[in-house]
Amino acid sequence: MAGQSNTGHETYYVPESSSLAIRATIGLVMIVWGASHYIDHLSKPEEPSNAGFILVAGLVWFAITLFSWFATTIRENIQGMNSAQLKHSYVIGMQWFIFSEVMFFAAFFGALWYIRNLAGPWLAGAGAGDMNTLLWPGFEYSWPLMETPQQAVGGVSGQMAAGHLANNGAFSGPEHHLSFPGWSNMLHWLPLWNTIVLLTSSFTCHVAHVGLKENNRKKFNLWLGITVGLGLIFVVLQYMEYHEALVEYGLSLSSGVYGTTFFMLTGFHGFHVIMGTVMLLVQFLRSTTKGHFNSEDQFGFEASSWYWHFVDVVWVFLFLFVYIL
Amino acid sequence: MAHGPAKGFSRWLFTTNHKDIGTMYLWFSFAMFLLGGSFAMIIRAELFQPGLQIVDPAFFNQMTTMHGLVMVFGAIMPAFVGLANWMIPLMIGAPDMALPRMNNWSFWILPPTFLILASSLFMEGGAPNFGWTFYAPLSTTYAPPSVTLFIFSVHAMGISSIMGSINIIATIVNMRAPGMTYMKMPLFVWTWLITAFLLVAVMPVLAGAVTMMLMDIHFGTSFFSAAGGGDPVLFQHVFWFFGHPEVYIIILPAFGVVSEIIPVFSRKPLFGYDSMVYATASIAFLSFIVWAHHMYTVGLPLAGELFYMYATMLIAVPTAAKVFNWITTMFKGSITLETPMLFAIAKVFLFTVGGFSGLMLAIAPADFQYHDSYFVVAHFHYTMVAGAIFALSAAVYYWLPKWTGKMYNEAMGKTHFWISFIGFNLTFFPQHFAGLAGMPRRIPDYNMMFADFNMMSSIGAFIYGSSQLLFLFNIVRTITHGKPVNSDKVWEGATTLEWTVPSPAPYHTFTTPPEVK
Ligand code: HEM
Ligand SMILES: [Cu+2]
Repeated sequence: MAGQSNTGHETYYVPESSSLAIRATIGLVMIVWGASHYIDHLSKPEEPSNAGFILVAGLVWFAITLFSWFATTIRENIQGMNSAQLKHSYVIGMQWFIFSEVMFFAAFFGALWYIRNLAGPWLAGAGAGDMNTLLWPGFEYSWPLMETPQQAVGGVSGQMAAGHLANNGAFSGPEHHLSFPGWSNMLHWLPLWNTIVLLTSSFTCHVAHVGLKENNRKKFNLWLGITVGLGLIFVVLQYMEYHEALVEYGLSLSSGVYGTTFFMLTGFHGFHVIMGTVMLLVQFLRSTTKGHFNSEDQFGFEASSWYWHFVDVVWVFLFLFVYIL
Repeated sequence: MAHGPAKGFSRWLFTTNHKDIGTMYLWFSFAMFLLGGSFAMIIRAELFQPGLQIVDPAFFNQMTTMHGLVMVFGAIMPAFVGLANWMIPLMIGAPDMALPRMNNWSFWILPPTFLILASSLFMEGGAPNFGWTFYAPLSTTYAPPSVTLFIFSVHAMGISSIMGSINIIATIVNMRAPGMTYMKMPLFVWTWLITAFLLVAVMPVLAGAVTMMLMDIHFGTSFFSAAGGGDPVLFQHVFWFFGHPEVYIIILPAFGVVSEIIPVFSRKPLFGYDSMVYATASIAFLSFIVWAHHMYTVGLPLAGELFYMYATMLIAVPTAAKVFNWITTMFKGSITLETPMLFAIAKVFLFTVGGFSGLMLAIAPADFQYHDSYFVVAHFHYTMVAGAIFALSAAVYYWLPKWTGKMYNEAMGKTHFWISFIGFNLTFFPQHFAGLAGMPRRIPDYNMMFADFNMMSSIGAFIYGSSQLLFLFNIVRTITHGKPVNSDKVWEGATTLEWTVPSPAPYHTFTTPPEVK
């Protein structure tokens, strides 16, 4: 185990030097450079550009670096270099990372709240000033927003031409929305099934954890595998819902602020579900193929499970504020 | 563990040592300070006289934007992170930062990111020109193409800040030497703990803001476009939810620095340690509920104006408690005025001036007149230059003997101080008057009536700017030719743990934790 110093304290393992940080930086810089030039390039596809290639190369490079970074920490742990104190540092690190994610989602939920409770009614003339008679005559606010202020005044030409935005700044509302369809249509409503799937997966994840604490590897592997499967099912359902929205409902990112908030919130959540599923899958493979983890030593799994529960809680809020209310 | 540093440049690339990383942060921030400073010199040269003289207005806008961005994100913040890296482990008796490899990564993200950001000056359409607060729709509908690069740069800086802060939190929470209870921690450590919390809480919100911009510009969303049902004012809310805590992120570690220095040179313990801790925590809490004081003129409902006005004024209470504590610490102390103490006292005094102008700005109806005028510029330079950068200068003089084992040249240090002090006040004090008389900020030309104030400002700025070269010279000379200090406890009144290790501090310190009584 970790070395003991003469004062009876465990010594803290400080790696001598490491190339991981520089390798990660190279990947990140490629992503920053590649992504921004690639996105800029979307609007002028006729010009040649290698930005897309740099972006993909950066992502691959970064994934490989991350893999060896985690492999290194796992190896160190197995070799017993990690004192209890160092392990606690990892725990603190993960907790605050999740907190930062909470704040990221808070920004988007805050924006949704502001748009629904303040900006929307104001655009339709609520509050002092009655600005809509001058700016957006005829605009009525309702949520989900099916007709944008721009449509209310007769399309892009009816308002000041705007800069150089994607779509030329045209926003036309969707034909249908994805909010609560009424009790009778409940069972055809995908978000409900998504909720069931994700809540169940939080539960199965917990059962796996209990299995691990009992040192019952079979139970652990089984329930963790089920959790990963449920994560995948969620992603598939979400994909189906997006397909339906885009193709049948005419709901897209540019359908005004309802489409904006719908896709950004569910999109970032979906992305986090994919991340969480990958994390859990890695722990599953570590357990099944390498026999990692036991009732004492299970941080990799625990961290992933915290992340998973966090993603689940975000969904509950999404279900409430994006779909139901 | 008794190894020294690796040889050659790979030492810096691959290091996991908190002192190496702290040193890199400090040098990087100094380079950014000079870069941002040269942008400021261009601004002041243009404003030396009314009329368009040197640069065209489009470029002027790029200069104000890049000056703000580089100073806030490139100079001040990394400088304090550098101090945190160097000093926190030494002050709490830890062998290193809690997560050393991540520490190195947090640093190395910064140089390429700022290189990319600065390179946008040479892009078609120029660098970002929408102000360091990048309000939509200036930064969306009407932005130059470099905005995309800007957005991803902000993401990268945010990743660096968040990881750096998580590391600081883990270090302070988990690595204190036995006996170093929370209420025994030096105040610099306390202020950084709270700052790191603020950073983890608000940097993701900034990431959210730029993500919304990205989507609005390139993918047809309408967060900030009323035509689609969004609202440009939403941008300001999201930005200032980050932005106001951000100004406290900048000032709290500076409070920490002067809370270390003033007791040492007054040879008295800090007055009201506990109240300092509570004041810092309440400032941090309040900083989350005052953001709309930057938005009094956008048409908030009356209830909003009132709420944000009273909440903002409330912040003056814990802030004043701190100022009183510093003054009371000095009261009847045996004070000596070495360079760090001069900078620390000036910081307290000038920051208080900035606090007062802040209080004036906090009064919503009055702010209708002051908003977007040079009065605001004067206010935030008193808080950020005198408040933060003076504290950074103080910190460098204070700890330089510990870092290098050599003493800086005191006469040169004092000269630097007095030139800075005079130059700073000459630059920014007249801006109060120009602003009150109605001079708007962020313009390359102005009415004749502001000519005198502006000429004073520009002369002051050149004085302040050039005095920083003296600072640089003094630091370099200390490293190459300084007189060795030959003692652990460089300053007579010093009590904190970093003064119990040799000077210069060995590569590894506290590999076995000290016993704190
Ligand atoms: C007593 C404490 C303070 C109060 C009451 C206060 C109040 C205000 C108010 C009301 C404004 C908005 C003015 C306007 O735009 O019309 C403002 C602007 C600003 N303050 Fe403060 N402030 C305080 C301390 C600080 C500190 C400590 C810092 C930074 C270290 C700071 C940095 C800034 C900056 C950067 C701006 C302008 C941002 C911009 O528009 O570019 N303030 N302050
Ligand atoms: Cu503020």
